[in-house]
Amino acid sequence: MYSSNNNRAPMMLKISAATGLLFLHLPILLIFIYAFTTEEKTYQWPPPGFTLKWFAVTWGRSDVWEALGLSVKVASISTVIALVMGTLCAAAVSRSKFFGRETISLLVILPIALPGIITGIALRSAFNLAEIPFSFWTIILGHATFCVVVIYNNAVARFRRISSSLIHASMDLGANGFQTFRYVILPNIATSLLAGGMLAFALSFDEVIVTTFTAGQQTTLPIWMLEELVRPRQRPVTNVVAMVVVLVTFIPILGAYYLTRNDDQIAGHGK
Amino acid sequence: MISSAIYAPQRSGSVSVFSDYCWRNPRMFLFLLLLPPVLWLGIIYLGSLFSLLLQSFYSIDEFTGLIKHEFTLKTYRELLHPANLDIVVRTVSMAIIVTIAAAIIAFPIAYYAARYARGKWKVFFYLGVMLPLWSSYLVKIYAWKLILAKEGILNWFLAKLHLTWLLESVLSIPIIGGNSLSVSYIGTCLVFLYVWLPFMILPLQAALERVPVKLLEASSDLGSKSQQTFRHVLLPLAMPGLIAGSIFTFSLTLGDYIIPQIIGSSRLFIGQAVYSHQGIAGNIPLAAAFSIVPIIIMAFYLWMAKRQGAFDVL
Repeated sequence: MYSSNNNRAPMMLKISAATGLLFLHLPILLIFIYAFTTEEKTYQWPPPGFTLKWFAVTWGRSDVWEALGLSVKVASISTVIALVMGTLCAAAVSRSKFFGRETISLLVILPIALPGIITGIALRSAFNLAEIPFSFWTIILGHATFCVVVIYNNAVARFRRISSSLIHASMDLGANGFQTFRYVILPNIATSLLAGGMLAFALSFDEVIVTTFTAGQQTTLPIWMLEELVRPRQRPVTNVVAMVVVLVTFIPILGAYYLTRNDDQIAGHGK
Repeated sequence: MISSAIYAPQRSGSVSVFSDYCWRNPRMFLFLLLLPPVLWLGIIYLGSLFSLLLQSFYSIDEFTGLIKHEFTLKTYRELLHPANLDIVVRTVSMAIIVTIAAAIIAFPIAYYAARYARGKWKVFFYLGVMLPLWSSYLVKIYAWKLILAKEGILNWFLAKLHLTWLLESVLSIPIIGGNSLSVSYIGTCLVFLYVWLPFMILPLQAALERVPVKLLEASSDLGSKSQQTFRHVLLPLAMPGLIAGSIFTFSLTLGDYIIPQIIGSSRLFIGQAVYSHQGIAGNIPLAAAFSIVPIIIMAFYLWMAKRQGAFDVL
């Protein structure tokens, strides 16, 4: 019925879309090349030679391991707190309409809608006023707060898909609320929670702006990286850490995509 | 609905009693569901925001350097000092430029992904945007430090093409130029653009997915050229997506203090001003007053966006 032109993209569009994607990916590829360079003092391009030596050096660095350990701990605990809070919120918002529902979703989104520096300085000024000393737990307070939204967004989409008759059937058959949650609701939302949890972990693992305000003397991996960026000490080690961080963050993103890929299609068809 | 409340069998055990109670009192159950997250966000987040607002009405004693805990507008008057206003204007102009540039680069990617990409290519485009979006923020900045360095890849590439003169003439432009790209506004703008671009692409793509192809075809059947179709049909329909994306690019640029610190001139942005006032100077009231600026700008922006229906695309 229509000319075949309609299903073929104009050349200009193809070129500009491809250029845009290249712009997004080339800088990250560059990180992978620099991790193998033999040059120690400058960012010289092209690299004079390639070596695996810096991987071994980085492996032996205790400061990198400590920062990594702290980041993993912070991200795990924040993700668990956010999982509980986000799921509760999503369950409440998706199951019923009530006064103030919009306010609740705004409250959840606010920590990432406002610039990170505001969350950071707000927490810091509150800690100062309340005379709470900076510690591992002050980092967690900040991270869990902005991770809630990731879980919430993932869970709320899935909760809407659970038909309420499933829950009624379960209750009619004699299950109590907790059994219904365990055997009916949880299997339905599990993958979206896992996906949300992965994203929340990635978000917390990489966070630096809020962390600089709430960390005190603690060094997470992003703070270690920031120090290297401001005052480079050993560039080859930074290169290797940068590459590893990129690889590690790819895992949760691919995982989250794999777990929710069917959701996306359904959400897309819905409108 | 009603029947389950009436015929619910009686069960024993405190767990069951509690769960039956919740089932019969949906309002109470809702309250219990919301209690932990609302307490958490309400106390930790809103409480902190409130304490920030409160501190912006305190002031710092010039002689002792201590914070005076009494209500005053002195700190806000200080904010209106020309040097501080400069910082606000500089940051907002940067946010506007970054947002416009991001919209221009994002459009073809989002449009191609929404209208033409199918099957494998759809996944390719989706992950092609998601992976850079979620890659480490600091690593992305680091990559640009490598690119823009004097001995880095960009200068090498321009030298190969014998275009070094072009870069030099661009850098000799006052204000936006500088000694090298890594200490100029152009460099700062490039990095902002790079880091926030995926935040523009995703909502824009979501908006473009909903544009019916038939509308575009009708427009061209009725005789409009492709530019006219773009201007009068596609762009207005993409507007909610553009606005949703611009919320991110705008808000993120307003609040960032790391990018201009690492790649840019020594002139401050709002984020850096907040950071330095609360840090070494210990002037928390002024830092708080400074951070109220992006809150007000974003509140206004969000209000505008809501009126344009941008939240449906998020």
